[in-house]
Amino acid sequence: MKQYVILVFTSSHAIGIEQKLKKMGVPCKLCAIPRNLSSDCGICVRFDETNLETVEALVKTLSFDIQEIIATNY
Amino acid sequence: MTIVYMDNAATTWPKPPEVLAAMTRTMEEAGGNAGRGGHRLAVAAGEILYQVRDTVAVFFGCSDPFRVTFTANATESINLILKGYLKPGDHVLVSPLEHNAVMRPLQFLAQQNIQWSVLPSAKDGRIDTTLIEPMIRQNTRLFVICHESNVNGVIQPIHEISKIAHSFHIPLLADCSQSAGSVPIDIDSDGIDFLVFTGHKSLFGPVGTGGIVWGSQANIEQITPLKQGGTGSVSDRYDQPDFLPDKFESGTLNIVGLSGLKAGIDWINRNQMNQLSSEKDVLLQKFLDEIRAIKRVQVFCAEKKENQGGVFSLIIERLDNGFAAQWLDEEKGILSRVGLHCAPLAHRFLHTFPAGTIRFAVSPFTTCEDVEICIDAIKMLAEKKETAHFL
Ligand SMILES: Cc1ncc(COP(=O)(O)O)c(C=O)c1O
Repeated sequence: MKQYVILVFTSSHAIGIEQKLKKMGVPCKLCAIPRNLSSDCGICVRFDETNLETVEALVKTLSFDIQEIIATNY
Repeated sequence: MTIVYMDNAATTWPKPPEVLAAMTRTMEEAGGNAGRGGHRLAVAAGEILYQVRDTVAVFFGCSDPFRVTFTANATESINLILKGYLKPGDHVLVSPLEHNAVMRPLQFLAQQNIQWSVLPSAKDGRIDTTLIEPMIRQNTRLFVICHESNVNGVIQPIHEISKIAHSFHIPLLADCSQSAGSVPIDIDSDGIDFLVFTGHKSLFGPVGTGGIVWGSQANIEQITPLKQGGTGSVSDRYDQPDFLPDKFESGTLNIVGLSGLKAGIDWINRNQMNQLSSEKDVLLQKFLDEIRAIKRVQVFCAEKKENQGGVFSLIIERLDNGFAAQWLDEEKGILSRVGLHCAPLAHRFLHTFPAGTIRFAVSPFTTCEDVEICIDAIKMLAEKKETAHFL
């Protein structure tokens, strides 16, 4: 299944998103940022395609900006 | 001799055992650097940090964990806000019971033509809200209010003060160093814009923890960080990040201490703060009622019971405070705090400057027996004719 990652500007935001998704029962994982993607904060949140809409909806409600959500084969 | 610890306003002691256990666990199981790197120990530390943020936010009624900024203590938090927000020519209104954590930065800022004045109050220092409006000047940019005095325990009517401040579009900084964990606080419904707390008093965390909770209307863009430096984020740039929480949190945070702070707040939540506070109130009122009846003892506390926090002060006529406190310690094992309590403004206001007072502060760990030992000891002191005699 297609995988996505949420890239953020700081790892606190990645953890914040992960904890919110977990509370909502959406499977996700904090993981190291794939090397081909540029971001400095070290970690991103990975989830699969079935949850894309839920994640996009959640991102709209956050108090901070994320960098982007991108598909990855990693 | 057992210790009767009455210096809880300086820092609470003992701490719940859960606080120590949490700190040890963090060192052992989450020993990486939060926000730096992606390995498991760094992520574990980051997760703990997020949980502390969330716990603090919920505790103060804030819906966004990232509107919690961690600092080393209330002093750093207050410096951050005063130095980051005020501009030359600004004017600040303060309560008569402010701590030097507020007064010294304000005195420093006076060099930049930032002025302050003291709000009118009742004799115990509780602000008279009917007299606030005429004090507001065109350049008044901030109210700074010590929510609970660390000298006489007076609790300020923070909500009423903020209503007036907000009607002039002026934000309010509440120094909740003493009140946090002992008086219920809801940041938005109390009308607090900048909520300052320290972790090591009634929140039962360790020393070296504290922070700011930003009210939902607080304009964070206007505030310059006190420190610039590494955040583990946007490291390709020399500019300080402008987003929360990194904007104000350069440098490695005290994650071990903060995990202890979370355990302290969890302990309060488990034991129900209202319950803890009402038990504390009963003890304190017994304490106050009994010593007010002792001749030669002058008590400094709130005029009305409902405005009294867990702290009060006293002096004994013709007896030197220092000698009295030393006698209490050496002869009775009672640890009190004597002097000006870093609050010369409050002591000048209460006419106890420069000798200060002897301060007592109870905590949920204070027992009825502790209070009885104190009452008996104060009675004995008051029976001494004068310092020379009692030496
Ligand atoms: C009212 C008040 N404000 C500020 C402070 C400063 O707290 P800290 O020393 O933790 O920065 C204290 C503690 O002594 C206090 O009682």
